Amino acid sequence: MHKTKRRHAKKSPPLRTSRKRDGRSAAGTVALLIGTRKGAFILRSDSRRRDWRVAGPHFLGHAVHHIALDPRDGRTLLCAARAGHLGPTVFRSTDRGKTWRESGKPPAFEKAPEGRTGRSVDHVFWLTPGHASEPGVWYAGTSPQGLFRSADGGVTWEGVAGFNAHPLRPAWCGDGQQAPPDGATLHSINIDPRDPRHLYVGLSSGGVFESTDGGRDWRPLNRGCAADFIPTPDPEYGHDVHCMRLHPLAPDRLYQQNHCGIYRMERPQGRWTRIGDNMPRRVGDIGFPLVLHPRDPDTLWVFPMDGSTVWPRVSPGGRPAAYISRNGGNSWRRQDRGLPAGQGWFTVKRQAMCADRGDPAGVYFGTTAGEVWGSLNEGEKWTCLLRHLPEIYSVEAAEPG
Amino acid sequence: MRVHIPSQLQDYTRHESRVEANGATVGEVLADLDRQFPGIRFRIIDEQDRVRRHLRIFINEEQIRSLDAPLKAADRLIILGALSGG
Repeated sequence: MHKTKRRHAKKSPPLRTSRKRDGRSAAGTVALLIGTRKGAFILRSDSRRRDWRVAGPHFLGHAVHHIALDPRDGRTLLCAARAGHLGPTVFRSTDRGKTWRESGKPPAFEKAPEGRTGRSVDHVFWLTPGHASEPGVWYAGTSPQGLFRSADGGVTWEGVAGFNAHPLRPAWCGDGQQAPPDGATLHSINIDPRDPRHLYVGLSSGGVFESTDGGRDWRPLNRGCAADFIPTPDPEYGHDVHCMRLHPLAPDRLYQQNHCGIYRMERPQGRWTRIGDNMPRRVGDIGFPLVLHPRDPDTLWVFPMDGSTVWPRVSPGGRPAAYISRNGGNSWRRQDRGLPAGQGWFTVKRQAMCADRGDPAGVYFGTTAGEVWGSLNEGEKWTCLLRHLPEIYSVEAAEPG
Repeated sequence: MRVHIPSQLQDYTRHESRVEANGATVGEVLADLDRQFPGIRFRIIDEQDRVRRHLRIFINEEQIRSLDAPLKAADRLIILGALSGG
């Protein structure tokens, strides 16, 4: 294991813990883990979530695609990073961000046999802590689409061969022409809280895939989801998942923000229903992030973008807004109070919007223009918490236990 | 053998721009570098043994095409950060 403490692993105040007497995390103490195109930042609140202080940059010059806290120990952070010149890696902290070390064996594909062209990980894109019953287990999704697993808290990583070497993987993932502008990715790794062997992943492109045997085998789960860039009607795979989430309190329900709309699926039924059809037509149902309420599986947020004509990928009409549904997507309501009323052309990437566990829940997003916005009342009013950061790739709300 | 380390990798070498490493080929020298500075090789060479897209490796003034390229004791191995945008 690589033990060297790195120069950019500067000391910073650790995430502070605040607990109520009943053991629940106090709603007010939140740390937003912010990944940007040029480094990582941690934005910490006071106990009322009113005052915020930023620490960083960490890993200055690295594209940081994702940072996640392990909720099982409340202190381990993993950070997916890649500098422009160098290969991808994962940094890890076991003291809530005070110090960082590099993984001893970052995610990497198997070396191809002599004479054959093999894949290499361009960047680690997504990090998900494993099931509650499997301490130390993490999953990582990469670009190009690859799934990796660590059993030692992110120190070493092994490919999930059941996916990476699946005979249908080339068909599922397509060639480079089908990749999004920033590269094809595996993301939205969801684990059924009832069964650590039941996994879902999302591919951009490729679609949603499910495993019920811990990743040994996979099957597509895309029926009912549009893929208007494929001529085949209702194709089995090849879709472009932007963000998929499973609610831990209702694990038979999946939500998906797709390249072609917003969807919900009830299991064991295996067909997506387009709940984005209930969005205002002038706004549409294209976007990247999708956020679930911490306690109510019927409540979710999306942040629409302009997916019309040439796909400008900006807030529709220059008027950014979140949309909330409190009934599983059957109806939606605009939430734009506090946001620019016009000439606001930023948008929000798939990992850059989240909710904390407060009551009411705090909702946060980071923009392509380097601003962090927050709402302490579930989106009713927004406040800009931080600006002038590089382009924001990810925002996760950490509430260390 | 003297190895020139670009600024992008000097976090691994305790900020040294010149380090010593041994080996009869480029691959062997990189393996020795990785023993001394764990993790450095993977940031230079991908899992298919290809030099990363925005790095270049030279023996003296000649760019290498293979990790099997032989080295003499008097050679210098130069690792450079290539042009990389944005």
